[in-house]
Amino acid sequence: MIKSLDPRIDRAQLDHDPIKPLEQLDQFQTFEVFHQTKRGQQHVHVGIVHAPNADMALLYAKEQYARRGETANIWVVDSQHISATEYFDQDIFETTPEKFHRDPASYKVMDRIKAYKERVKG
Amino acid sequence: MDFFNDKHVEAAKDLLYKMADDQLIIGHRNSEWTGLGPILEEDIAFSSMAQDKLGQSEHLYNLLHELGEADADTVAFTRNENQFHCCHLVELPIGEYDFSLMRHFLFDMAEAIRFEMLIDSSYENLARLARKFKGEIKYHTMHANTWVKQLAQGNEESKARMQSSLNETWPLALGIFEEGKYESVLKDAGIFAGEKELQEKWLTEVTALLAAAGLQIPENATPTNGGRYGQHTEHLQPLLDEMTEVYSIDPTADW
Repeated sequence: MIKSLDPRIDRAQLDHDPIKPLEQLDQFQTFEVFHQTKRGQQHVHVGIVHAPNADMALLYAKEQYARRGETANIWVVDSQHISATEYFDQDIFETTPEKFHRDPASYKVMDRIKAYKERVKG
Repeated sequence: MDFFNDKHVEAAKDLLYKMADDQLIIGHRNSEWTGLGPILEEDIAFSSMAQDKLGQSEHLYNLLHELGEADADTVAFTRNENQFHCCHLVELPIGEYDFSLMRHFLFDMAEAIRFEMLIDSSYENLARLARKFKGEIKYHTMHANTWVKQLAQGNEESKARMQSSLNETWPLALGIFEEGKYESVLKDAGIFAGEKELQEKWLTEVTALLAAAGLQIPENATPTNGGRYGQHTEHLQPLLDEMTEVYSIDPTADW
């Protein structure tokens, strides 16, 4: 038995080698947690919780991610239901630098906006 | 509280003592799971609720202080077991997790209904606390109800464990409602409608939830009484010794 200064550990009567390999049911699946600060604002992804189902995941999400600070609402989504791009395909996000035609700065409208503002003011 | 006469003050103190002591002792017991809970998320949730309970007990002890009792730390840490008014349910060791969960379920349901009944109490400072704790307690009962349902409908082992911990905790839970000396004073003054009414409401709600979970309530159970009058199990004094160890060494210690 493990002897400890913590009386709870003595009471638990733990074996000397409590670290054993995890069995299949020792770990629950994960849920992604989305947190909303105020009603109407976006839910923001804040992390995961382990839980056996969505109801329990909501309980844990509240304690992990909404214990401090303001919270209006929480979503949890089974991690398996997230579809994601492959890091292998990360190059799809790369853009060539010479694409001025797609750049808002390419549109010559500022003169017209200025003229309109002055007209309205006048 | 100008409308309080001496009798009302005595009755209110009796009510506050049993509520505060229940919260302090179950809070301490549940905090014994900190670091030992079944999974990290549950460990954090259960510890956080245990802290809520300690916080709630402090607020109740502060009300007692307003009524002329010693300050919260002195009241919490210097009394002997026969001066405690908690029920036996809260003082038993944590046992296995099914026992702690079933106790959490039965106790917190009663606590939630008690505070709900106190929201309209004529004792305004207590009514204010009841309103303040509403959200915390609602989460505690959500947590308890979800777990009980989940495990009672899990596999054969989890179902058998929940049933056996219900059999064990049921008579103890009935001890929550042991009547005090001032039931009629509290009722007539509009402070609290009484243990009997609380028990009826609790029975209705708990019976429905346990039936939905597929668990059987033990029949003809005898309530485990005595706690409200200072008679306790052999488990309370060792808990108090452990809880007050630092305070006994140095009452001015800050931690």
